[in-house]
Amino acid sequence: MANFYKDNDDIKFLFNHIDLGVLSELMEEKYRFAKEFDYAPANAEEAKTNYQMVLDSLGQLSGDFIAARAEDVDRQGNTLNEDGSVSYADGIAEDLEKLAKAEVMGFTLPHRFGGLNFPNLIYSMAIEMVSRADASLMNIFGLQGIAETLNSFASEEIKQQYLHDFSAGKVTGAMVLTEPDAGSDLQAVKVKAYQDEDGNWLLHGVKRFITNGCGEVLLVMARSEADRTGGLGLSLFVCGQGPTVHIRRLEDKLGIHGSPTCEIFFDNTPCQLVGERQRGLVKYVMALMNGARIGIAGQSLGIAEATYRIARDYAASRKQFGTAIENFPAVKDMLIEMKIATEAGRSLLYETSRAVDMLIGYEKIEELNPPQDKQELKAIKNQSRKYKRLAAMLTPMSKYYCSEMSNTISYDAIQVLGGSGYMRDYACERHARDARITTIYEGTSQLQVVAAVRGVCSGTAEKYLTELADKKYNSELKDCLEKLTEGTDALKKSIVFVKKNGNDYMDLYGRALVDIAIDLILGYLFCEQASSDFDMQIPISAANGKADENTISMKQRKAMIAKRFISKNAPKIMALSELVCSGDKSSFTDYSSLVNPLVTE
Amino acid sequence: MAYNCVVMVKQVPDTQKITGQAMNEDGTVNRAALPAIFNPEDLNALEMALQIKEKLGGKVTVVTMGLPTAANVLRDSLYRGADEAILITDRKAAASDTLATSYIIGCAVRKLDYDIVLCGRQAIDGDTAQVGPQLAEKLGITQITYVEELLGLEGKDILVQRNVGNGWQQVKAKLPVLLTVTGDANEPRVTAAKKLMKYKNARTSIEVSGEIKAENPHADEVELAELTERKCKQLDENGMLIKVWDLDFLEADLNWCGRSGSPTKVHRIQSVVLTAKESREVEPTTAGISDMVHELIKDKTIA
Repeated sequence: MANFYKDNDDIKFLFNHIDLGVLSELMEEKYRFAKEFDYAPANAEEAKTNYQMVLDSLGQLSGDFIAARAEDVDRQGNTLNEDGSVSYADGIAEDLEKLAKAEVMGFTLPHRFGGLNFPNLIYSMAIEMVSRADASLMNIFGLQGIAETLNSFASEEIKQQYLHDFSAGKVTGAMVLTEPDAGSDLQAVKVKAYQDEDGNWLLHGVKRFITNGCGEVLLVMARSEADRTGGLGLSLFVCGQGPTVHIRRLEDKLGIHGSPTCEIFFDNTPCQLVGERQRGLVKYVMALMNGARIGIAGQSLGIAEATYRIARDYAASRKQFGTAIENFPAVKDMLIEMKIATEAGRSLLYETSRAVDMLIGYEKIEELNPPQDKQELKAIKNQSRKYKRLAAMLTPMSKYYCSEMSNTISYDAIQVLGGSGYMRDYACERHARDARITTIYEGTSQLQVVAAVRGVCSGTAEKYLTELADKKYNSELKDCLEKLTEGTDALKKSIVFVKKNGNDYMDLYGRALVDIAIDLILGYLFCEQASSDFDMQIPISAANGKADENTISMKQRKAMIAKRFISKNAPKIMALSELVCSGDKSSFTDYSSLVNPLVTE
Repeated sequence: MAYNCVVMVKQVPDTQKITGQAMNEDGTVNRAALPAIFNPEDLNALEMALQIKEKLGGKVTVVTMGLPTAANVLRDSLYRGADEAILITDRKAAASDTLATSYIIGCAVRKLDYDIVLCGRQAIDGDTAQVGPQLAEKLGITQITYVEELLGLEGKDILVQRNVGNGWQQVKAKLPVLLTVTGDANEPRVTAAKKLMKYKNARTSIEVSGEIKAENPHADEVELAELTERKCKQLDENGMLIKVWDLDFLEADLNWCGRSGSPTKVHRIQSVVLTAKESREVEPTTAGISDMVHELIKDKTIA
């Protein structure tokens, strides 16, 4: 009997630390839905109770049911049947049935389509728990952004046709974007969309690496403007499965075996246009991808949490040289670093999700209920502009940080288990294989850095850091805050230097710049948690690794984390800043001499 | 054809979490020391009823007998998809053994329109597995115990598979019928999000009365009764009032209820402490298994 919500003190702490009242008021549009829907909350307190009860229920499903099937799912994988249909691994099929009954497949969809209308922040918590149980299931549970994209951009007719079924868990979806020659570079998409004599849209061409391409609802990006290359020639379409949709192969992958990755051939498939022509990539898919990136960050975090726990348990029970291996300095240090890194990833992901929710909330006010008062309207517009910039920077940061962290932790977990970790007897090797994709899909780490570094160098990061620095913190954190100020100065200096050296130079040192910015943001987030209005007592670890009778205040613990995290990162930030300001351009000047030429026979 | 299912559930102390204070000195269970949970196999019975409803239509009514706090398992049932919930509670029903209990709940079920009554195989506090079969006798209907799978339900015919210990038996019966369901029958669903959000506010009149009293510390009896009635009416209109039935309402013969209706006398309670000893490894070969089995027969672990 495990419950992945109840057994996670950090999630519970952050749930209470973050001001959910502001989010629920925005999502519920001042709780106006309570009159119409018997399950919609009437006030902030009720909304919070709802979030907590649903997380608790999903935590139980994840801990008891989904986690128990993950190993078999990994071994069995999916099957492409002779008739072209795809069968999920037994466990995935059972999981999906239970998720549908748990009424959590329309997490963020509006009430009127049977959804829960929850904020993205709560959805991120849910994705983390499901991924901790089975990372591959996230690729279906966490794809609710497809329905959300239809909700944001499609016609009422299309919404009515699909969204109720999404909420009821009767259908799942796929984002059908990638092609053999269009991976990171989606502007190169070639699949053709054309109209017949009656004006009906049809699709033709091949899509590859499509996660859950066997899903019932396919969101397909295709070239609707035959004469136009690039992003403006692309539109978004929706279609179902049918005789003209052929799944030609399933990929044989390193990890996430429960998630079917399909190659699809569209043989003149009837489809419907979503929204307006030519806005497919530039608007709709960008929105879709941003949601998906947050989803992958949650998936990464879930994997990290799962594998850290195995390492932590093993280190307490495995005895060598007459003592538990957790008593050796090197192992101790690894475990602490792993634990802090998961909490750091969680802090960043939740902060990002919160920013996205604030953006959605303010945009909704602007669109549906703009205040009459000019000053008020201006204030709302300022807020949505602010959160738009912040979300645009934090989203790639979260995806980059969490996925890289997940890979590091899953390798370290294997290291803690030693030879046993390399064997399939423990789940660590599965977690490492599952983690590996997270830095690749929905935009590689390199692309996330390109996106994030624009925010870092355009003033968004500086503004945000100033805002964070101006908050009220506990006095015991004075030294930490001073170090963060020094770090921020180093970042500013680096940005000035980079700007003088042009865009190529910025991309060359993008990772270093983004790393500095993330470490500073995380430092402040930990300080905020240590200064929270909320506190709770959690047990400390006894000599045998079990929960001790003694407890510690979570705020006190977060202050310990803040001190350790900030002081260990301070020299790293200085070193990175020095590197950025070195002016070294040898990657450009010496490339042809430093890499070897291709060998031709 | 749609079927009306009545599911009997029980709130039990979580015997998985036994500590030193689990038993009172007189040998009864110290309920305060253990968290109260939904009896696990009752969840399997509920799941089977919900699956019948989803496939064939009909209604699922959940009934429990217990303390007023047993409303928690009823709310839990509503969260999972039950249509109606009824709490039987009465001080005069205290100390009822399985016979008295089955008499009382029999009076309640008779008031309901039912095709199938489902019970968990047994409750983890008493482990008697008697209430289900006794209830069938009280109702005068067919009972099929240890049900693991529902194989068919059409018209007035039901076909199930039951575990008979050393094998399985398929039984066909005419409705109405009472089933006791085992933990192997299915994997109970978790609580559903929208139902949680809705029914978290469902209350029994007893709970409403308690809450009103706490909220209005200075109100007199009459005012309290008035406020309670108003709130209950409001809940009832929204389908959020959990029914409470007492022995008067059930028109139960008090001689058959509570202590006077309970012939069971506890003769002696023995505290059995199992201590783990060192483990032994058995070779995974025919010879290894054979040796182990012979040894177990010799020390009378298995007969």
